Amino acid sequence: MKFKDYYAILGVSKDASEGEIKRAYRKLARKYHPDVSKEANAESRFKEVGEAYAVLKDPEKRLAYDQLGSGVHPGEDFTPPPDWGAGFEFSGGFEGAAGAEQFSDFFESLFGGGRRHSAGPGFHQDPSQDHHARILISLEDSYQGATRTITLQAPTLTPDGHLQTRQRTLNVTIPKGIREGQVIRLAGQGSPGAGGQPAGDLYIEVSFQPHRLYRVEGHDMSLDLPITPWEAALGATVKVPTLGGKVNLKIPRGAKSGQKFRLRGRGLPGQPAGDQYVVLEIIAPEPHTAEDEALYRKMAEQMPLNPRAALEV
Amino acid sequence: MSTQLTILAGVLLDENTELSLKDLSRACSVERRVLVEMVQEGLLEPVDVHLAPWRFQGDALHRARTALRLRRDLEVNFAGIAMILDLLDEIDGLETRLRRLEGRFE
Repeated sequence: MKFKDYYAILGVSKDASEGEIKRAYRKLARKYHPDVSKEANAESRFKEVGEAYAVLKDPEKRLAYDQLGSGVHPGEDFTPPPDWGAGFEFSGGFEGAAGAEQFSDFFESLFGGGRRHSAGPGFHQDPSQDHHARILISLEDSYQGATRTITLQAPTLTPDGHLQTRQRTLNVTIPKGIREGQVIRLAGQGSPGAGGQPAGDLYIEVSFQPHRLYRVEGHDMSLDLPITPWEAALGATVKVPTLGGKVNLKIPRGAKSGQKFRLRGRGLPGQPAGDQYVVLEIIAPEPHTAEDEALYRKMAEQMPLNPRAALEV
Repeated sequence: MSTQLTILAGVLLDENTELSLKDLSRACSVERRVLVEMVQEGLLEPVDVHLAPWRFQGDALHRARTALRLRRDLEVNFAGIAMILDLLDEIDGLETRLRRLEGRFE
């Protein structure tokens, strides 16, 4: 286990005041909050920051951490002394700390015991509590409907009041046409109810894996379709992939790059079904030989064009 | 050993499903008054605000949970969160448009 430098994580000095620590935390929490942040590693950074703050904002824990940390270098292998925690009694919970459910092993080994017994509001385990999970599926799963397996780690409370992680695997039907961010509710699949209470429900939020071809917005798909200049100029019927298979798209004479066509009902199924948008992209062939070049020159002579006329340059 | 494969089919919470105030309060692990506060701040909208008991569209769950996380982690009040969520929706829309525009010129 590596020693974690909570001061470095928050970017404050060892003698930082409570106010400084709070300001540093707030600033980082805003920057990395997973519901707001576009940073790639937002979730892990946010947890780290939350963990650091949970310790440093609390004078008791901060003192204990400081004593433990004197003489240890960050990143160094570290094992807490066997009598660790004997002289401290941690009051209160960790409520208000970000992502408090999933702190590091380092944190667990230092404060885990205190946490279990104090059972602050942030950790309160309601026996009939509903659970939440996420599942990553492909666009095809949504288009066709599917059955997917989800493995869940659920914290459960043992009869003597200890937290335990229980792993279970569920096979879940993915409803046809489900969209990103939508939630499936599995009644009775949360924590089992205690004292005759009904079991909680499990809510599963769906995310899509990025797709090679399509961009998704709600239930609509969007695809860039490369075509040749002669297909654009003369019109053509070309094959276009859709989630439901290939379809023919009629490109009108004189089509332009960026022109958009709508394939009605070819998006995700539903009432109504989504559409697929096709955006034309004209690809001009590179001239490889003198003959090719001559052909381009001939086009220039035969069909002079100023495509920048509107730009007045 | 025989293996029994149980496949669970859930209910999709979309704009066609409805949740009661009780469902929502259980799923969010908060008291109803917290949700009432969200409605008062315009963060959540019942299907018909004048019709008791309140019903919500299925997608209200996602919004309510996001709001609760933001309040817990950033200590922003619901009025502030309503504004944050509206702005995030707007950014999503702009980013989608941007992607489309960029896609055309690449």
